[in-house]
Amino acid sequence: MQSLSNRAKVLEKKPLTLAERAYLPAIFQGLSITLRHFFMKKATIRYPEETRPFSPIFRGLHVLKRDEQGRERCTACGLCAVACPAEAITMVAGERKKGEEGLYREEKYAVSYEINMLRCIFCGLCEEACPKAAVYLQADKMAPPRFERDEFIYGKDRLVEPVSPDARSARGIQLTPEQATALSQKTSPQLS
Amino acid sequence: MIELPTLGWQSIVILVVFGVSLLIATYCTYAERVIAAFLQDRVGPDRAGPFGLLQPLADAVKLFTKEEFFPAGANRALFVMGPCLAMITALMSSAVIPFGNVVQFGSNVFNLQGIEVNIGMLWVFGIVSLGVYGVMIGGWASNNKFSLLGAIRAGSQNISYELAMGMSLIAVLMISGTLSLRDITLQQSAPGEWHFWNIVKQPLGFIIFLVCAFAETNRTPFDLPECETELVGGYHTEYSSMKMGLYLFAEYVNVFVASAVMSVLYFGGFNFPFQYELRSWLVDSQGWELVSAQNLISVLGLLGLFGKIFAFIFFFMWVRWTLPRFRYDQLMRLGWTILIPLAIFNIVLTGGLLLAGVINFGVIK
Repeated sequence: MQSLSNRAKVLEKKPLTLAERAYLPAIFQGLSITLRHFFMKKATIRYPEETRPFSPIFRGLHVLKRDEQGRERCTACGLCAVACPAEAITMVAGERKKGEEGLYREEKYAVSYEINMLRCIFCGLCEEACPKAAVYLQADKMAPPRFERDEFIYGKDRLVEPVSPDARSARGIQLTPEQATALSQKTSPQLS
Repeated sequence: MIELPTLGWQSIVILVVFGVSLLIATYCTYAERVIAAFLQDRVGPDRAGPFGLLQPLADAVKLFTKEEFFPAGANRALFVMGPCLAMITALMSSAVIPFGNVVQFGSNVFNLQGIEVNIGMLWVFGIVSLGVYGVMIGGWASNNKFSLLGAIRAGSQNISYELAMGMSLIAVLMISGTLSLRDITLQQSAPGEWHFWNIVKQPLGFIIFLVCAFAETNRTPFDLPECETELVGGYHTEYSSMKMGLYLFAEYVNVFVASAVMSVLYFGGFNFPFQYELRSWLVDSQGWELVSAQNLISVLGLLGLFGKIFAFIFFFMWVRWTLPRFRYDQLMRLGWTILIPLAIFNIVLTGGLLLAGVINFGVIK
């Protein structure tokens, strides 16, 4: 019967030659292949001593950036939450009070900003959606495994780029003592 | 009155051989894993100690601390006896292997060999064929169908391949005219020749012997008695803890002994090329005494034999991680319809060549 595609090849089953039946040449062929692999470079990465390098465009754990003066860039516009296909981002917006100009860049800021790392698919759409260049996915950091599900919900305490109160005052930003303690609580993450 | 061999020195040698066989078997487990890893582009165990060299110790500790399990309905006495028998028979056969030539201190001449008996070859084969009892008893006493199947496979396989093995050996014995392993070794050291090893005179016999050695030690591609894809674990399915360890250990001791026997029978044992030239060079131009030169040659020969043994052990593992397992009917067909006729042909060929004078009877120098 002719095949429809005309590409079928008719194979003839030839009787084995003596060398093939003796099986030894085939064995030596196989042995030479495995011996070549014996001397090949090994694929193993010895983990704790060596680590696999991240790709330069790796999308890892999120960070909420500050501007040059150490103020939070995020204005809680919600575009990242809208862009997020996994609906992992929630936030509560608030109005900047007088005297908080050193803390927040715009008049509106995120009182709370949470990313659920179990929902997040690390697609980076939030990063693309952000008009203030506030949220980034770090190329060198991953969300580490944890024991409890609620520990995967990262709040501002763990997301905002840390900056020490001293560094802020070195840049000439005046802080009230309350602001300093509030900031140090925010920037030194208190993991449950 | 039977003259017993002197026991003072020889018992020390036997103890050393015993320890060395166990040590080599221990590190065979490590070597197997490393070689398997290297052949598969991995690195293998490298955590315990430098290069993972303490891995066998860790394995032993693990095996010793496992639960001792006796299956319901098992024959407890035989269940314990199985691994013991396997281990005893594996260890016994290395006693007659000549690991080195004589060394002489003052007027004392020492043989680097456990016991020199004039039936060394028969001893090895007698003991090796007893080895199947350990497997059979263990498999039968487990009261488990998989174990029994594995044991029956082991029994039939070992018996089938022992025939071809013995026949390939007969051709060696026709050349050497002796059963003593020491004499067979010494015959392969004719001064002035380097092509004295039996492998030159018996290439076909060696291949048959090699294939049968694989089958006798239950190594891949003939590891049907324990093939985990068909029989769970074969004859040691029900074994746990160190009883299991003894079975695995016995296999490696068997590999060691088979490698040693192959080195002695076909690869010149403790002889190495140009040993007599080296000795006469030491005596003539370096001013050594003949005795100390011979001692050096013996020690070098000992190391050479171990080099050959390790090469064979590597070959065993290399083959294991290259070839897939035979099907059971293929195994039987290979044994009965190919290897045994080939071995008989080899005997006839050797006889013909001996009669025609192409190869000579061995002469002990």
